[in-house]
Amino acid sequence: MEKRSSQISMARARYKIVVISERCKECGICITVCPVKILEKSSLRNSRGFRYPVASDENRCIGCRLCEYSCPDLAIYIL
Amino acid sequence: MAVAVEHPLDKYVRTEKLPTLWCPGCTIGIVMTSLLRAIDQRIREGLLRRDQITFVGGIGCSARIAMYVRFDSVRTAHGRTIPLATAIKILRPEHKVIVVGGDGDICAIGGNHLLHALRRNMDLMIIIVNNMIYGMTGGQVSPTTPLKLYTTTTPYGNPEKPLNIIRLACSLGANFVARGSATHPHILQQIFYKALGKRGLALIEVLSSCPEIFGRHIGITDPVKSFMTLRDKIKVKSNPSLDESEYDWERGFVIGVYLDKDDPGYIDNLSLLYKSLRGF
Amino acid sequence: MRIDYISGNRAIAEAAIASGLKFFAGYPITPSSDIFEYLAEELPRRGGYVIQFEDKLASIYAVIGASWTCSKAMTATSGPGFSLMVEGISIAVMTETPLVIAYIMRAGPATGVPTKTGQYDVFQAEYGFHGGLPIPVFTPSNPQEAYDLTIKAFNTSEILRTPVVLLSDASIANMFGKVLIREAGEIEIIDRRSIEILRKKGCEWSLDDVYEMKCVGDGYDIYVETLTHDEKNIYRPTTDVQRRLMWRLYRKIINNREVLFEYSFHNYGNKRCRNMIITYGSTFSSVSEAVRELNKNGEDFCVFKLKTLYPINEKIFYEKTRDVDKIFVVENNVGLYVKEIRSVVRDKDVISISVIDLEYPDPDEIVERVREWL
Repeated sequence: MEKRSSQISMARARYKIVVISERCKECGICITVCPVKILEKSSLRNSRGFRYPVASDENRCIGCRLCEYSCPDLAIYIL
Repeated sequence: MAVAVEHPLDKYVRTEKLPTLWCPGCTIGIVMTSLLRAIDQRIREGLLRRDQITFVGGIGCSARIAMYVRFDSVRTAHGRTIPLATAIKILRPEHKVIVVGGDGDICAIGGNHLLHALRRNMDLMIIIVNNMIYGMTGGQVSPTTPLKLYTTTTPYGNPEKPLNIIRLACSLGANFVARGSATHPHILQQIFYKALGKRGLALIEVLSSCPEIFGRHIGITDPVKSFMTLRDKIKVKSNPSLDESEYDWERGFVIGVYLDKDDPGYIDNLSLLYKSLRGF
Repeated sequence: MRIDYISGNRAIAEAAIASGLKFFAGYPITPSSDIFEYLAEELPRRGGYVIQFEDKLASIYAVIGASWTCSKAMTATSGPGFSLMVEGISIAVMTETPLVIAYIMRAGPATGVPTKTGQYDVFQAEYGFHGGLPIPVFTPSNPQEAYDLTIKAFNTSEILRTPVVLLSDASIANMFGKVLIREAGEIEIIDRRSIEILRKKGCEWSLDDVYEMKCVGDGYDIYVETLTHDEKNIYRPTTDVQRRLMWRLYRKIINNREVLFEYSFHNYGNKRCRNMIITYGSTFSSVSEAVRELNKNGEDFCVFKLKTLYPINEKIFYEKTRDVDKIFVVENNVGLYVKEIRSVVRDKDVISISVIDLEYPDPDEIVERVREWL
C-alpha cells in the first residue's frame, strides 16, 4: 500500500506541482527536462532511500508538463 | 501542504503493484504512460471503451507493461504473444488488442510470428520497446543491438548487422508503421493515438533508454546521461521516407509515421468469407 | 442420434463439434491433418473459427489465448508437433487453461514414418513438458471410443481446468467403424462456467482444488500470470507458495481418478484369469486375436484394456489382478508404459512384450512371444 500522505504540493502558484514521493526512484530525468529549471533534488529521502524532486521556485512553472510526461514512474504531475 | 489527489493515470494502473520493478531511469515507464494517455484521450472522446481493451505481454522488462495496466491483461511465454493475441482478437473482435514486448521478445524468438502477423495485416497494435539489448536476463545481444558492440554473449563485439524493423514492417504491408522514442513523449502519445484508431496491423517501434544494462555496455550508466544520449540521436520528421528509417546507432534515428494506409485487416477478410455461412 | 460409418479422426472431429468447440488452430501434420480439414469445413458453419497458423508453436498459443476468452479450443498434432508445443502446454497447466490436444501418434522418432502407427509417445503425452505435473491422457482403440473419449476429454478439461491429451495413432485415425453419434442435447456437456453450480449441487467430481474461471471480455480486468502465484494470483517466489501450488495442481487431477479412469475388461468366458494381458490403443485389435489363440490351449487369458493412461485407479488394478499369475503388457514400442504398471502392481510378474510394428502387430508374433514365458 503506498502512502498518499507523502505527496507534496507547492501551492500559491498558477500551476501546482504534485510529487508522489514514494514512487520516485531519483532518476533525475524530470529535473533535466524542465525548460525553466525549477526542479531540484530534495535533501529528504523517501522510504526507499531516493531523493525526490522539489520545486525551487514554483511560481515560475509554465505548466508545460514535460516533467509529468517524462517521468517513468507516475511520480510527478501538474495540476 | 499535502493534497491527496491521485495521478491522472492511476485509474488505468494497478497501483497496488507500484513502484514498478524497472530500474531508475528506465524509459519503459514513459512508453507506458504515453500509451495510457493516448488511451485515455480516446476513451474520453468516446472512440474506445474502457472494458474493451486487452493487453498481451510476453517475457522481459517491456512486457511487464501488461502487468501494471488495469485492463484485461495476460502474460504468456517468451515470444509467443502474437499468436495468442490473434486468437483473442478473432474471438473478441470488438476488443482493442495491444501486444507489448521488447526487441528480443518480438523480433528474435517471436520473429516468425511477427512476419506472419504483418503479412496477414492482423488487427493488432504491436508495440516493440527497443532498448537494443536483452535487459532482464543481463545484457545479451539482440537483433537490434548495434554492430560491433560488446555484449555478454558477444564479448569480442557484435558481428551482426541489426534489424531495421520499420523496413520489414513496411515491406510486408502493415497498415500503420511508426517509430517513436521514449525521449519524445508528446510525439509518442500522438503516434499511439493514431495507431489506436487503425484497423489492420499497427506496429510502433519505440526506442528506449536502458541505463543499467545497455548503458553498461556503452559506458554510460547515469540515467540522465543515458536519456540525453538517446535524445540527442533522435531526429523528428513528419512523413519520413523509407530510406530515412535506416537503423544506425552512430548516425541516429528518425522518428515519425512511416506508413499510414487503410487496407482491410484480417478480421475484415475473415468476416467477409464467413458471412454467407452464418448469415450475419 | 445417428449411426455413421466413419474413421477415427473424423470421430474425434464430430465429437469436438458436439462438445461445443469454438476455436481450432492447427498446422498440417500427418496423420492428424484430416481432423483439421474436416473441422475447417464444418466448424464455421456452426459459428466456430478454424485457423491455420504459421507453425505448431503459434497453434498451441492461439488455442490457449482462445481458451482465455472462455471459448472451447482444440488443436491436433503428431509427435514432432507435440514436441514443439510442450512449452505451451506447460503454460496451460500453470494457468489452468481448459484445452484439448488430439495427439495422433506416428512411427517415430523424428520424421519416422508419418503414415504408419506406433505407441512411442506415451510418456511425452503424459509428462512431456517441463514442470513435472502429469495431465490426463485418454487412449481410444477404435472410432467409437475416439468419439466417446473426446467428449470426456472436453468435459474433463472444462471442469478441472486442465489441458487434456487424446492419444490416438495412425491406425485408429484411418480405421473405419460404426459410431453412434449423439447430438449435443443427448450427451452431458460441461462448461467451465458451471463449476460453481456443480459444486453446490454436488457431483461425482472432486472440485475442492478447482477455482472458478474468469475470462477476457467479462469486464473483470483479469490478469493472467505464468510466474508462480498464490491464491490471489500475485507472484510470490517463496517455497510455501510453490509447494501449495504444485500440490493443488497435482491433487486436482489425481483426486478425480475414479471418474477419469476408463477401461474395459474382457475375460473371454474364463471363470478365472490365470494370465492377463494389459494393453491400450490400436494394439488391442491384435491382442484380442492373439488371446483367442492362446485360450484354445486353456491358458485362461483375460485382457485388461486401458482407455486412460493417467490418472489410473490403483484399486481397480488390485481387484482385477488379485488372482492372476502372470501379467503381460503388450505395446507397440520398446516397453514404456509397462514401467507405470510395474509401479502399481508390485507383487506379481509384469512382463513386457514389446511388438514394434508399423501396422497392427501380428497376432501370431504376440502368441509366440507370450508363450516363451508360459
